[in-house]
Amino acid sequence: MEKNKILSLKNVCKTFPVGKTLLGKPLNFVHAVNNVSFDVYEGETFSIVGESGCGKSTTGRLINHLLIPDSGEIWFQGKEISKISQDEMRPIRRDMQMIFQDPAGSLNPRMRISDLIEEPLLIHTDLDKEERMKIVNELLGIVGLSAKHAQRYPHEFSGGQKQRVGIARALTVNPKLIIADEPISALDVSIQAQVLNLLHNLQEKYNLTYVFISHDLSVVEMISDRIAVMYLGFVAETAPKELLYGNPLHPYTEALLSAVPIPDPDYKKERIILEGDIPSTINLPKGCPFAARCSKCMPECLETRPETKEVEPGHFVACHLYK
Amino acid sequence: MSNKEQLQNEELQQQNANFEAEYIDENVAYVADSKFKSFVKKFMKRRTAVVGFVIIVLLLILAVVGPSIAPYDPAAYNYDNMFAKPSAEHWFGTDHYGRDIFSRVCAGAPLTLGVALSSVIVGTIVGAVLGLLAGYYGGWIEMLVMRGADVLFAFPDILLAIAIVAILGPGIVNVFIAVAVFTVPSIARMMRSATLAVKSSLYVEVAHSLGCKDGRILFLHIFPGTTQTLIVNFTMRIGSAIMAASSLSFLGFGANVTDPEWGAMLSQARSYFSTAPHMLYLPGLVIFITVLAFNLFGDGLRDTLDPKIK
Repeated sequence: MEKNKILSLKNVCKTFPVGKTLLGKPLNFVHAVNNVSFDVYEGETFSIVGESGCGKSTTGRLINHLLIPDSGEIWFQGKEISKISQDEMRPIRRDMQMIFQDPAGSLNPRMRISDLIEEPLLIHTDLDKEERMKIVNELLGIVGLSAKHAQRYPHEFSGGQKQRVGIARALTVNPKLIIADEPISALDVSIQAQVLNLLHNLQEKYNLTYVFISHDLSVVEMISDRIAVMYLGFVAETAPKELLYGNPLHPYTEALLSAVPIPDPDYKKERIILEGDIPSTINLPKGCPFAARCSKCMPECLETRPETKEVEPGHFVACHLYK
Repeated sequence: MSNKEQLQNEELQQQNANFEAEYIDENVAYVADSKFKSFVKKFMKRRTAVVGFVIIVLLLILAVVGPSIAPYDPAAYNYDNMFAKPSAEHWFGTDHYGRDIFSRVCAGAPLTLGVALSSVIVGTIVGAVLGLLAGYYGGWIEMLVMRGADVLFAFPDILLAIAIVAILGPGIVNVFIAVAVFTVPSIARMMRSATLAVKSSLYVEVAHSLGCKDGRILFLHIFPGTTQTLIVNFTMRIGSAIMAASSLSFLGFGANVTDPEWGAMLSQARSYFSTAPHMLYLPGLVIFITVLAFNLFGDGLRDTLDPKIK
């Protein structure tokens, strides 16, 4: 079966100004996302993993047009969307919804659950009140809440329930792509499992595509089809799940995977402890962004940035070890 | 596979049927407990706010029917009965011309409350819209609004009002304009900072992500988040507006000195404070109660509007 590209990022860069001179010009720039490229295919779960501050949430916001990239292209369903206006973006948002990390903060505390879930329908459709309420109640059922909850306010719900409301809201307009920005990291472990199962069932039912942003490697292993590992705003490695977990190529991916706890007290594994700190995102290293902490660092790593190469089919890595 | 799908479909339909049944029940409950009704129910729990509300209603009734229920002619001089202490005939006593103070307070209610309320309402609406736009759009709009507010802030409130009345000429309408104008900058500044705070919240970013238009984000998502501060400021401005309108009247810029305007009465009573203190403290008490009532009502309203407070 030919897989269709639904989303494609090409050399996307984003910087944020920090500080100001007397004349109001920015002193420095934080390089949040650097030359990020990847493709997402229809119906798959594409995960972006990395440590805090590696630019994964910024990437999610760039895809959702909440931020505008400095350079590069973002193609969604065959259309370049990175430079279009908010008005041109509005109809496209119907096919691309986002779920946020903080379920409490993402719901307006002054709106009832029914109003919150109804909102995308008001923006994107001409349905009348009765039809809208029908969809709202249906969705509440699908995410495991009931119509009884519709007239309540967000603060009356637990974190997991709030996240379900967030998911229901993202589903109202039948999107094709859902960007889930750490949707479960604010939840208890037992609730995490519920929400993950819900996301998984919804994907099967509606043929959704997920861009799943997370720092939790065991969660990512469970739900992803393909994974991109980010470091310092760069994509270090992109590969299908089996290849990435079975045969990690980039030294950073190896170190990351060695940190995943394995629930077996007899299991002795070698942990790769990274030395030093993450380099500053204001003054990016000249060579490989990971060179300063890499155990396999070679002289050329400090001099030139590695190109992304396809080492085996579908397995991309940016490292000088692979030629 | 088709079998499984069918099963799933049936399950889904069953689920939907269940929810529809529940939804219909819910719909009935929804009609019975409308937003307004639950609002009233919640407001009634706040005793002091209810007291404030009752006083405001009484004052408003007084403002409407006051002149006709006044027991004496508020302008009738009676030189036989000057500086009379409060008594059964003259509840608030009489002033330096022997005029019945209670009648004058009644007759002055529409004047004082009318000018203060209308000017603060107009000033608050203008200030709130300017503050919202400044906070939300930033850039040159913010620059214009905030520097304009700074210019107005450079004058003391009352001096600004005097300047405006001096330009427009004396009269009660010009007092209204002056008080409205000096309400604008403080409300605009407060509203801008409240807007900035709400604008940076996640749910506003979510609204952008859902594809809300600017107007919807401004008035549905940001504005309700600022109403608490707005209401408190609004009620506090009413107090200072009453004082400002009165001061202007005293200075001869507003209501005629012979008019029974509350502030003007106070100002005149000042000269007789040692001999007839009731001339000062009784109308003063009325102003005090009025301002207090608005403050209590404002506090209660703020708590009622906050869905997090039961």
